[in-house]
Amino acid sequence: MISRDQIAERLSAAGYIADGELATAIALMQMLKRPLLLEGEAGVGKTEVAKALAVVHDTELIRLQCYEGLDQSAALYEWNYQRQLLAIQADRSASAEAIEDKIFSEKYLLERPLLAAIRRSRAPVLLIDEVDRADTEFEAFLLELLSDYQVSIPEMGTITATSIPHVVLTSNGTRELSDALRRRCLYHYVDYPDVDREARIIMARVAGAGTSLALQIATMVQSIRREDLRKVPGVAETLDWAAALVGLDVRDLHDAPETVQDTLMCLLKTHEDRARFKPEVTARLLGKVA
Amino acid sequence: MIARSPALAMNDTGDGGRLIAGRLSAFLRTLRDNGFAVGLQEGQDAAMLIAGGYAARPALLRSAFRHLFTSRKAEWERFDGLFDAFWLGHRVRSRSVTTGAAKAANSPSLKSLLERPSDQTGGDRPPDQIPSGDDDGAERSGEGRMEGASLADHLAETDFRNMAQPEQIAQAHDAAARLARLMRTRLTRRDLARRRGYRLDIRRTIHANISHGGVPIQLVRRKRKDKPLRLVMLLDASGSMSMYTGFFIRFIHGVLDEFREAEAFLFHTRLAPISDAMKERDPARALDRLSMMAQGAGGGTRIGESLQTFNRWHAARVLHSRTCLMIVSDGYETGDAALLGREMATLARRCRRIVWLNPMMGWEGYAPEAAGIKAALPHVDLYARANTLQSLLALEPYLAKL
Repeated sequence: MISRDQIAERLSAAGYIADGELATAIALMQMLKRPLLLEGEAGVGKTEVAKALAVVHDTELIRLQCYEGLDQSAALYEWNYQRQLLAIQADRSASAEAIEDKIFSEKYLLERPLLAAIRRSRAPVLLIDEVDRADTEFEAFLLELLSDYQVSIPEMGTITATSIPHVVLTSNGTRELSDALRRRCLYHYVDYPDVDREARIIMARVAGAGTSLALQIATMVQSIRREDLRKVPGVAETLDWAAALVGLDVRDLHDAPETVQDTLMCLLKTHEDRARFKPEVTARLLGKVA
Repeated sequence: MIARSPALAMNDTGDGGRLIAGRLSAFLRTLRDNGFAVGLQEGQDAAMLIAGGYAARPALLRSAFRHLFTSRKAEWERFDGLFDAFWLGHRVRSRSVTTGAAKAANSPSLKSLLERPSDQTGGDRPPDQIPSGDDDGAERSGEGRMEGASLADHLAETDFRNMAQPEQIAQAHDAAARLARLMRTRLTRRDLARRRGYRLDIRRTIHANISHGGVPIQLVRRKRKDKPLRLVMLLDASGSMSMYTGFFIRFIHGVLDEFREAEAFLFHTRLAPISDAMKERDPARALDRLSMMAQGAGGGTRIGESLQTFNRWHAARVLHSRTCLMIVSDGYETGDAALLGREMATLARRCRRIVWLNPMMGWEGYAPEAAGIKAALPHVDLYARANTLQSLLALEPYLAKL
């Protein structure tokens, strides 16, 4: 078991600039053996948490991206039908039982993320991304898996977990999750980082961004978020923008207002938002940046 | 600081342990009273955390408990206040549980709106909205009886305004629930109208025919998945709507009960999500919870601003491409009509259909001339009257087609 302080250390070593609460959440996860549910706006770095967690535990990350219509065969396991057929055709002389034993064995089983996660010898991090996009039926199935950590395959029998994975679920809030699932999980709300943290994230992720530029960018993005926008830029967008500015050799935002205006496309992703940000607006916001 | 509070100052000696357990269970009770879903398992886990050294620093314990006990954003934000109030003795700034609703003179609770007989509400209405057909309605109900129609029919034709008897109102509410059920079954019976000729599902076909040695005898076809329609209701609870609010609250209650996916919001000068409160099965309790949230009901209407709030904070979660949005309002906008138009355009982009129900439309001589309704109408798919049960029932085939 890793202590809370060690977790915080390893997180920052992994390049994830976390707030103090996240280290607590991760410590609780391993203590109480519960999954962690992360909610927050798109682009605040929920998926990054899982990646950092894999680094903290020095283990593999297995990712299941949810989508509408996701079913067991895409999430759990499936038989490799083509190979099964080949095996039947190739060995017609064998008895039915022998063939059956052969084609319903490990070799013909295709592991999907959920099955893979419980069959590793070292507990991996299982990221169930955007769980709100999956159907409610799938959510119920997930709930069962997360409480028993075993899977029954009719042709083969029950597979119990060799290790309990560290499960992280993320949700964008496009659908209300069931209370049962929420109750199973620890909850952490990921908010937009404050200026200081965002600047440190920029410095950690974008090579060549100095402290003063990173602070300027973070302050600017912060004030853009306060404007009435249809799509509020997330941390990923900030990083894109910072990379663009560094790439265009901008050292100080005040020196290059035109470049700032032109590169705003990294942050503003709808036509209306672009139209709203006329040069005067940008200049006004730039004026507030120290 | 926690260390100073008597319960936690004790170490894990027998007495101290019992004291902590007592304090902890009292805290769990407080959380439950404030609407947190906290079960036995969480209590055990919390005890484990305290035993595991998390109680050493209050900030750490608070953060750990916050992850454990909350399960949605609203709770996440309220938790610190409750924790501080309980363990550190601070005063709670945010809303915490109260037993009775404080009623300001100008903001009657919804319950009182519901129970007030309609003929006494006349004085509250702005003068330009005095109905012209009051006597008319009474006459019509008389006719119904003379023609020997059933009582249900008679009820179906009475304007909701004129229902004063409690039992009459109750019957109307039952009818509303029935209607919601009717609408739902029609909606989920869509598989009858499926198109023929699906594509083959090759993988499943092979799987199904392994027992035939791979010869495709049984064909498996892709099925279209039945996805439930979602109904989202926005109810205007302003003064001009006061006579209808009670009825539609009951209607919403039926809808939330019967639909698999439904959400409801109430707006007057601001917007309040009411689905959680309304999911209470007992209507009277639901109304109690609701009246706490309805401060300011019965005043003016800022439809545009309310829709703006809706678009900004709720739309992404609540609306999707199979959503029917039902706005129940008279369209008397006291705010900016242009804003209302803009927000309606945004809404129209986001959902499948927008139905605007206007109870005033059933009144004689009513024309949609209020600035609000004029701005909104271009974005509305169906604009219909909703002042009698009959007019609501008439909507059903339209909703079933969605």
